[in-house]
Amino acid sequence: MSTYILGQWKKTYALFLFAGGIVNLSGQIIKETVRGKIYWKLLTEQIVIMGWKSLPLVIITALSTGMVMSLQYGLGLEKFGGKLYVPKLVAITILREMGPVFTALMIAARVGAGIASEIGSMTVTQQIDAIRALGTSPIKVIVIPRVLACLIALPLLVAVANLVGNAGGLYVGAAELKLDAHFYYQKVVTTVDFNDYLSGIFKTYFFALFITIPACYYGLSVKSGTKEVGQATTRAVVMSSILILVGDYFLSKLFWVLER
Amino acid sequence: MINIKNFRKTFGSKLVHKDVSFYVREGECLGLVGGSGVGKSVILRSLIGLEKPDSGEIEIDGIQVHNLTEEEMVPLRQKVAYVFQGGALFDSMTVFENMAYPLREHFKLSDDEIQKKITDTLDELGLAGNEQNLPSQLSGGMQKRLGLARALMMNPKVILYDEPTAGLDPYNTKKIQDHILKLKKKGVTSILVTHDMPTALAVCDKMVYLLNGVVTSSVLTKDLYSNPNAEIMKFIEGDVA
Repeated sequence: MSTYILGQWKKTYALFLFAGGIVNLSGQIIKETVRGKIYWKLLTEQIVIMGWKSLPLVIITALSTGMVMSLQYGLGLEKFGGKLYVPKLVAITILREMGPVFTALMIAARVGAGIASEIGSMTVTQQIDAIRALGTSPIKVIVIPRVLACLIALPLLVAVANLVGNAGGLYVGAAELKLDAHFYYQKVVTTVDFNDYLSGIFKTYFFALFITIPACYYGLSVKSGTKEVGQATTRAVVMSSILILVGDYFLSKLFWVLER
Repeated sequence: MINIKNFRKTFGSKLVHKDVSFYVREGECLGLVGGSGVGKSVILRSLIGLEKPDSGEIEIDGIQVHNLTEEEMVPLRQKVAYVFQGGALFDSMTVFENMAYPLREHFKLSDDEIQKKITDTLDELGLAGNEQNLPSQLSGGMQKRLGLARALMMNPKVILYDEPTAGLDPYNTKKIQDHILKLKKKGVTSILVTHDMPTALAVCDKMVYLLNGVVTSSVLTKDLYSNPNAEIMKFIEGDVA
């Protein structure tokens, strides 16, 4: 019993420690972004790593999501004679939910893990200490370029994912469900409005923060040893995924309230 | 120049330093010696604000270091350089970029001036021609020398050496020793943490021996062998850890 209580206490303590650390790190990011200089070269490098190099993964994810959704909706709605609603459903679901959420989850796995392990390794090899010892700030040099790069790259990736996802849906709609391609396209264009698109893109800015800030926090929290680097990487991906999935509900609700 | 008074530091429940006090005069080189795990590097790290003491005072060049915030540390860190044990080189940057980093951060120099300063320093440390290599392409000895070269970029008044010769062959050890002596002649104040007693004897003016969280011996290097009963002599002769 006492072991159980102790275990629960440790988990609660770790959660508060994480929350405090995230608030503290976010405060430093805001303060140093407003006051300090931006490292454009590092920012550009990170945009390429996070955006351009993630593009194949995002395209594969979006394409298969769009195709599967179109197929499943088609098979399900066919029984009720509702196959004609497939374009509308696929488009709105991708734009509002699947595009942003799946892209963010993929980026959390690829980029979040990379950030946590890279910063963790830098901590272990005293490179973070060296940045401080040379009179500069690891927040400015390491954290801010990654946060800003994700804030720029993720919305662009989601825009691509939306396009590719709908293209995948259209392909399956035409090839498998025997819907007319022009009809499918027209249905998408006439159904989707700017709010659907904005609702998805709006979330990506939060998702970018949910990915990069925990990843940087866990990377900077590494004290010693490669084992801790591995743990930090796992924690970063798990925490980012949870924040994206849970946050998505509240952000959807918020946008829903704003739209009314 | 450097004054540490009643320095106390714990990590969790582990008391590393109970009460450490010593001073270093301007232009002097102090050797900080003691067994593994006595907290020599912790003192060095605290001098530059990478660790905070639990209590006690640290003063460098009239600045109360222990009271400074991270931002207030910046001017101090331009005067006090730290040579890390493993070099702590930025592995994603070339040798040139590693050395240019502190210059670009703190000085308004033209590219030509940066290039000249880096070339001169690399030349002095026997690293010329490696500008475009990554640190991983250098040998251990070269990496240590590069760590020292990067620390010298800001013309520091104080240099803190953390095991600069650990794991090096006699040639590289001699190179580092010579360079420490050269800097000493230029009036640079330094603290050398080391287990390498021949180097400590060659470059240090004074030695401080740490044991069980306190300074047990503080002697001038020239008087070392006239104090055969001093705790530090037992350490040098391998009788205590």
